[in-house]
Amino acid sequence: MAISTTRAPSTESKTPFFGSKSRDKLIAWLWIGPAVAFVVVFLLYPVFDTLRTSFLNFDSSQFVGLDNFRHIFTDRSMLIVLRNNLLWLALGTALTVALGLLIAVLVDRVRIESFAKAAIFIPMAISFVGAGVIWKFVYDYAASGQQIGLFNAIVTRFGFAPQAWLVNGGNNIALIVVYVWMWTGFCMVILSAALKGVPTDILEAARVDGASEVAIFFRIIVPMISPTIAVVATTMIINLLKIFDVVYVMTGGNYNTNVIAVEFYNQLLNFNDNGISSALAVVLLLAIVPVMIFNIRRFRAQEATR
Amino acid sequence: MSIAKNPAHAAEITTDVDLRSGGKSSVLAGTSVRALSPRERLMRSVNSGLLTFVVVVISLLWSVPTFGLFISSFRPADAIHASGWWNSLLPPWHFTIENYQHVLQTQDFGTAFINSMIISIPGTLLPVLVAAFAAYAFAWMKFPGRDWIFLAIVTLLVVPVQMTLIPIFQILTNVGLTGSFLGIWLAHTAYGLPFAVYLLRSFFGALPSDLMESARIDGASHLRIFFSILLPLAVPSLASLVIFQFMWVWNDLLVALVLLGGAPEHAPMTVAIANLVNSFGTNYEVLTSAAFISMALPLVIFFSLQRYFVRGILAGSVKG
Repeated sequence: MAISTTRAPSTESKTPFFGSKSRDKLIAWLWIGPAVAFVVVFLLYPVFDTLRTSFLNFDSSQFVGLDNFRHIFTDRSMLIVLRNNLLWLALGTALTVALGLLIAVLVDRVRIESFAKAAIFIPMAISFVGAGVIWKFVYDYAASGQQIGLFNAIVTRFGFAPQAWLVNGGNNIALIVVYVWMWTGFCMVILSAALKGVPTDILEAARVDGASEVAIFFRIIVPMISPTIAVVATTMIINLLKIFDVVYVMTGGNYNTNVIAVEFYNQLLNFNDNGISSALAVVLLLAIVPVMIFNIRRFRAQEATR
Repeated sequence: MSIAKNPAHAAEITTDVDLRSGGKSSVLAGTSVRALSPRERLMRSVNSGLLTFVVVVISLLWSVPTFGLFISSFRPADAIHASGWWNSLLPPWHFTIENYQHVLQTQDFGTAFINSMIISIPGTLLPVLVAAFAAYAFAWMKFPGRDWIFLAIVTLLVVPVQMTLIPIFQILTNVGLTGSFLGIWLAHTAYGLPFAVYLLRSFFGALPSDLMESARIDGASHLRIFFSILLPLAVPSLASLVIFQFMWVWNDLLVALVLLGGAPEHAPMTVAIANLVNSFGTNYEVLTSAAFISMALPLVIFFSLQRYFVRGILAGSVKG
């Protein structure tokens, strides 16, 4: 009996006809079987099927090579979609991570820490749809008279003209603000936990040596928690690439605010073009591959230290 | 000096120790402790007061949008459109629950709420159960290909939902399950699995191996170990996973739109509200109360189970 080498001790004495190993194997497959079946049928097969469909025409009756991708990367309105996604990616990641880190550092130093954390974290529990309604109200615009939207009430109080925030030039940023409002709390909670792991004596030694708080932040704290910052940033990137609900609810992708995921939905259900919508999904997948590789590496490193 | 009283406060730990030992020399050995002049003490308390003020302002800024919606949902319809919600905070107060009555009765939001429940509860329990079995095997059994299969599942964690929606829609159409609750349960089970397996395996793997091995030697079967040793120990981990998955399914819009789009009678809250926004434009008396009904359950869960929620966030990493 090799208990130390196999975690599940064999039961060979009771099963003379089965080698203990093949029996263990069978049992293990019974345990993971349902999960593997779900993953294969609903995730793995669909990924390959979508890849195949992305090279076919709108009703998958004809092979069209790279035409769908050529359309995505040359069509004017598609280029706006891609541009918007890049804007979401850059601004959304930068703002959520930077604000999350800043607030984590600030709340770490006050006594009302848990109250402040809860207030900033609550939007995480709300759906994007709910957040969309909340912010549609904040951005509400009336051409004249009483403003019932908070932003325009403030703007007109200071004597400026009311703005149609969701229609005019800055509307993409107005939408990104909603995402930042929702996800900064997530970044804050994770970064705050990492901050508490920075040894106090290192910080104290730096202070004694006369380092300023700003220098301590950028030259000690940030490098020490950089693995966590990377994890948070990749999570934001994955989220932002697929951003759908906020745009769908608040502008429907109109007024130059369209993004890949909304266009995917439109192509699929409004234009019935499986080719283009599959190709859009493949573009998303390709954008995520570097993140995937990063995740696998990180996971392996974790396993090595387990 | 308010700040120094907080023992958990890491950055100011020197002052902290200093004060608790009555201002005399600190117990902390070494160079880091020095006496503070009255001027320095004043500066520090001014700074900490300023800091608290900044944090309070940020917290308020973050809460104002939700608060505005909440207040508005209790204002009469004509008042919502006539003036900003902040005006209603001053007397004379005039609040009503008729928006909620209206939404639940005439807009059929009661059905949407129940649909959300019907979708979310099995859509949470099914993946957690399937994942728990798999995670047990990945953590405590040895079989060829174990690590590779696990790695493959973890890799699928970040695959965009969009990449799978069209084939899933076609599979469900082929077996006649589009627009049905069963179809969306199966889809949510698959979407939730990679994260659930990943999370539970790391929780299970962290349990002491002696426990399992001695149970095996005593002749306990895997099933027995799973149900009578592992699950009771894993309740906190399972709780955070259940909360996560529930929130994800409850708040989902895209999957429900695509897979239940053709069946309005099965539409959950998110789809119903999205339709309201598109068809009514700025009919705020309906929107505000409807949105708040959809938020009520997640908010209750958040406040009552905050500990598990945060724990799950810290333990998990990325959800695709």
